[in-house]
Amino acid sequence: MNSNKIKSLGLVALVASTFTFTSNINAEVKTITIDGSSTVYPITEAVAEDFQKKTGTKVTVGISGTGGGFKKFCRGETLISDASRPILKKEIDMCAENGITYIELPIAYDALTVVTNKGNDWAKTMTVAELKKMWESGSSVKNWKDVNPAWPNQPLKLYGPGADSGTFDYFTEAINGKAKSSRGDYTASEDDNVLVTGVSGDKGGLGYFGLAYYLENKDKLNAVGIIAKDKTTAVLPSEQTVMDGTYQPLARPLFIYVNAAKGAFDKDVKAFVEYYIANAPKLVKEVKYVPLNSSEYTAVSAHWKSLKSGSGFGGTPEVGVKIEELIKRIK
Amino acid sequence: MEKINQENLNAQSTSSKTLEEVRSMIKAHKRNDLIFASVGFVVITLILLTLLTLFIDLVIDGYPKITYDFFTSFPSRRAANAGIFSAWVGSSLVLLITFLSAVPLGVASGIYLEEYAPKNWFSDLIEVNVSNLAGVPSIIYGLLALGLFVYGLKLGHTIVTAGLTLGLLMLPIVIVSTREAIRSIPIAIREAAYAVGATKWQVVLHHVVQYSFGGILTGVIIGMARAIGETAPVITIGALTFIAFLPPPPISLSYPFISFEWLQSSFTVLPIQMFNWLSRPDHAFHINAAATGAVIIVLTLIMNGTAIWLRYKIRKNIKW
Repeated sequence: MNSNKIKSLGLVALVASTFTFTSNINAEVKTITIDGSSTVYPITEAVAEDFQKKTGTKVTVGISGTGGGFKKFCRGETLISDASRPILKKEIDMCAENGITYIELPIAYDALTVVTNKGNDWAKTMTVAELKKMWESGSSVKNWKDVNPAWPNQPLKLYGPGADSGTFDYFTEAINGKAKSSRGDYTASEDDNVLVTGVSGDKGGLGYFGLAYYLENKDKLNAVGIIAKDKTTAVLPSEQTVMDGTYQPLARPLFIYVNAAKGAFDKDVKAFVEYYIANAPKLVKEVKYVPLNSSEYTAVSAHWKSLKSGSGFGGTPEVGVKIEELIKRIK
Repeated sequence: MEKINQENLNAQSTSSKTLEEVRSMIKAHKRNDLIFASVGFVVITLILLTLLTLFIDLVIDGYPKITYDFFTSFPSRRAANAGIFSAWVGSSLVLLITFLSAVPLGVASGIYLEEYAPKNWFSDLIEVNVSNLAGVPSIIYGLLALGLFVYGLKLGHTIVTAGLTLGLLMLPIVIVSTREAIRSIPIAIREAAYAVGATKWQVVLHHVVQYSFGGILTGVIIGMARAIGETAPVITIGALTFIAFLPPPPISLSYPFISFEWLQSSFTVLPIQMFNWLSRPDHAFHINAAATGAVIIVLTLIMNGTAIWLRYKIRKNIKW
């Protein structure tokens, strides 16, 4: 029995060493590989699930964040990249270096929602200037009455996503005027459910995250109506206000970037993207995001068929660009 | 007998006070004993209660999901249909590679360091490094693996990469426990073997490894139990979140019957599914996360339980 143990250990070692020789046999398994933003993930997951069931083509989706996703995409490791913000200059350069061209496809909207505690009965609406006063870099506002004298003497506690998040990038760009420029002394978490718990347990709490998290926690939180820069009426985030373009400036488009060479020549990738655009209106709603208008989807679909590569943003993020205009910019 | 009585009498008569003092001293010591035992008991109860609360909370939340279907369904956007099929298969395959890579290396290193290595500054250096490695945060292993396995050796974001990464993570645990186990063997056993003319290799093979097998096994299983819960390094090397198919099977009915293609397959693991579901807005997914958490804890408990049982069984068979 004792020598058996030794033999089995030896066998284990032998088997282990054979792996190193066989691991070079790389069988070409046909798989559509997708990675990127955790915000876009639920939509892509829904499409991938249905597409795989329907066609049998294997699809995998990972969550590396928008930046991590582009790193893989520009190395050619993935065929499609989920992105909650447009591709940035340095990522464009990286793709160019590796000879990867891409087609930028807006596929849905997300509405960043500013939320307050259920007990907050004073700030149902806010102007962009008020939000900026709270969030801008270097702001030392610690009390609601310091933001707006009409508000009560109540300590202000801020909750928001961490600096690696695309949500953070967009919010800071839209409110503070410069991406990534924000005060740092707030409770940051990459997990939006932590922010929900934080704001719902703090009377003076204020936070921001994607609409889906608010809709799921309506009983615990208030959404704040946003008064855009030169407007006078407050607009609450909802499917309708996002789709008709009145919820500004916190409605943002979500994208997928498709490897252009594969998109043009690989029939599985082609079928997948076509399936994605065709089923987006239904599936986007199902995972509680806001779909584009049907005319916008038509434009996206035409853009896809034209196979024009490049980004309508040219490497610098912008707030409030219309989808159709964005597509027109790509020559 | 008589003398002792005499002494007792003497003691009683001459220093009855001292005796009282001695008694109170013993009493004080016994009290201290009791205090320490109670504090220890309270601490261990608190620890157990914390674990139990967490576990029961997970089970209560996740119980409705823990069904046969949960183990045989792929991830899905609908919380009710989502399962951990690809995750538990992925976790098992990754752990298999981890086991196959870390155990032979770790046990051999442990034996070498304990039995063969000369005691000089170089072995000291190795020893310090091994102990240090055991305390390195797991994300560091993930980053190392990303550079070395994924891009350096071009193994890709595959099961074999994940297995080797967790193998690295587990290696110091195996080395340290192997050395501990070997150290617990009485020197007399070795000397007896040398005395009848055994060579060093024979002593190691027939005695040292045999008798320390229980301890080594415990270390291996505890290392595996750590590896199964690791998320950070596996995410770093590119584990997926949505994967609705299994790796190609290792055994097929047609030639060449055995295939190693599964090593090259992309994968997901249990903690990643839990992490993903936990961060979803939909509360139904949080139930899935709780169920997955309960499954991971039960797996860890089973592994640790097996370690204790095996150690007990193997110790019982050693007769010296």
